[in-house]
Amino acid sequence: MFTLKPIAVCVSMLTIAPAALAQAPQLGQPIAPADIAPWDISIGPDGAGLPPGQGTAIEGEAIYVAKCQACHGEKGVRPNVALAGALVGGMGTLAPDKTPIKTVGSFWPYATTLFDYVRRAMPFQESKSLTADEVYAVSAYILNLNGIIGPNDVIDAHSLPKVRMPNRDGFIPFPRNPK
Amino acid sequence: MIRKTHPELGDPAAGNGILSRRVFLEGTLVVGATGAGLSCGSAEPLAVQPWMKVPGPGFAGYGQPSPFESKVVKVFPPPPNPPGVGASRTPLHMLEGMITPSGLHFERSHSGVPEIDPDQHRLVIHGLVKRPLVFTVEALSRYPMQSRIAFIECGGNSLALNAPQAQPLNVAAIHGLLGCSEWTGVRLSTLLDEAGIEPEARWVIAEGADAAAMSRSIPLTKAMDDALLCLYQNGERVRPSNGYPVRLLLPGFEGNMNVKWLRRLKLTAGPAMTKDETSKYTILLKDEKAWQFVFPIEVKSVITRPSPGLALRGPGFYEISGLAWSGNGSIRQVDVSADGGRSWAPAALQGPILPKAPVRFRTAWQWNGGPAVLQSRATDDTGMVQPTRAQFAAERGFRGVYHYNAIASWRIDEMGEASNVYA
Ligand code: HEC
Repeated sequence: MFTLKPIAVCVSMLTIAPAALAQAPQLGQPIAPADIAPWDISIGPDGAGLPPGQGTAIEGEAIYVAKCQACHGEKGVRPNVALAGALVGGMGTLAPDKTPIKTVGSFWPYATTLFDYVRRAMPFQESKSLTADEVYAVSAYILNLNGIIGPNDVIDAHSLPKVRMPNRDGFIPFPRNPK
Repeated sequence: MIRKTHPELGDPAAGNGILSRRVFLEGTLVVGATGAGLSCGSAEPLAVQPWMKVPGPGFAGYGQPSPFESKVVKVFPPPPNPPGVGASRTPLHMLEGMITPSGLHFERSHSGVPEIDPDQHRLVIHGLVKRPLVFTVEALSRYPMQSRIAFIECGGNSLALNAPQAQPLNVAAIHGLLGCSEWTGVRLSTLLDEAGIEPEARWVIAEGADAAAMSRSIPLTKAMDDALLCLYQNGERVRPSNGYPVRLLLPGFEGNMNVKWLRRLKLTAGPAMTKDETSKYTILLKDEKAWQFVFPIEVKSVITRPSPGLALRGPGFYEISGLAWSGNGSIRQVDVSADGGRSWAPAALQGPILPKAPVRFRTAWQWNGGPAVLQSRATDDTGMVQPTRAQFAAERGFRGVYHYNAIASWRIDEMGEASNVYA
């Protein structure tokens, strides 16, 4: 009879057994914010987390041509890699009955997302290799190609969150999320 | 769950040959009702095969499927995309039951599958917490664990059905971004409690250790409700393509949010508006607006057999088998039609029926050799019914890409071939 007991325990673990979790072992090690910093690459839409540095579209063009164009195409319009997507253009294509071309310019609600994403994931083959200045500059270049900022506008932690994206008000919450 | 008021065994339950589901509940067929095609002359004399006479090979450290099953593999498109971008798909039409073998679990990755040394891997919890904490995999492995069987479905699954014309694709190509495992790990709420949540925190930004550092914002309510940090998948350590050594499971929420290779959880007051919650995984509606933060996978089902590539061999008895699932709860009922939705009969549901897990359904079908359109329609325990394609389109059109969950149709022609159609 004794040998049956562990089996009964296993079965009840499959359904939820919160009581067992009351005595969690507390094995997390404290860490100082400075030691987290190399990993803390999230940028908020308000610009929280943006590092020092700056760049303009003029400066960004050379970076784009050298490090992005092979996949995203000249001036970001026609990607050479299917899933890479166009970064530029598509303005007006969200209108009803049109085939949408969703790009940074036509669709993205926040310019901060561009910095966040390029810094963490691009260029594809060597992500996290660009300096903050380079990410600001190439972001400025993509924003400029989309007609959102001027070629000499300085993009930095202060100005990037202030860039008003054309589709900023294009999003509504899904009405059927769980409470 | 089993209704007693059912027609006799083998009796028609809906048009074009759909039979009563009692055949599955009681395990026998009335031969008279389904006889055509069952008997095809006497069998050959039995042969004594070579493997019956000599010992087979010995043991293997890790078992593999029979070499005769070599066609049962994930499918993925050839380049031009850089390696590791895109998805591989589960061959649902070649599988049975509710669990996806780990090696066949679909995979969507944004920068390949990282090869992570578990001893070097760290998970950090920081942001709006009282005590920022770092966990090793070894430490996580010492917490009390929980198992649950849950599906993960990519938000982009079935997106091919948004196309204006039905494409000649099979189950894997259309619906193969769906998998189900028994996941085992540590409740996220346990670790968040240990770190101490600041009162302003509302969201958790989850981030992977892959080269894309894939990142999504998750409501704190979900993190505290049923989120699991998974170390095990189907009894063994999570497969690299599914997030080794630790992945997030948010039962019922779109696949992309179930961040793999989890390295960081940052508590914040608002969402981060990452690329994959703005540019992607948002649903452009018929007007210029897009739904953002579309979390639950809504009720859905698909017939996996018969289906394209699995031709019927002459008129007679067939089992229609498929999967039904809902990210909002448990499946309550699945109805099956063989006449394109004109008439329906309830399918038998194979237990266990678990919340946020797929259910295998089965319907007995007497194919008369004529044309048929097979459909399944699931209802979950919130009362939500899987929409028709027309109902789906009326609400959101076909520009949304993600979360396509309308009723799907396979046409069966006189040769017994199945094809994807809109009906
Ligand atoms: C080797 C090819 C390649 C190179 C080089 C490359 N990218 Fe990408 N890029 C991709 C792929 C592939 C994706 C899609 C990734 C995914 O599936 O999440 C992408 C996605 C993006 C996106 C998101 C697009 C969207 O609409 O969601 C941006 C922005 C971007 N890249 C910017 C850049 C920048 C800036 C550079 C240069 C610094 C660059 N990329 C270099 C392949 C590349």
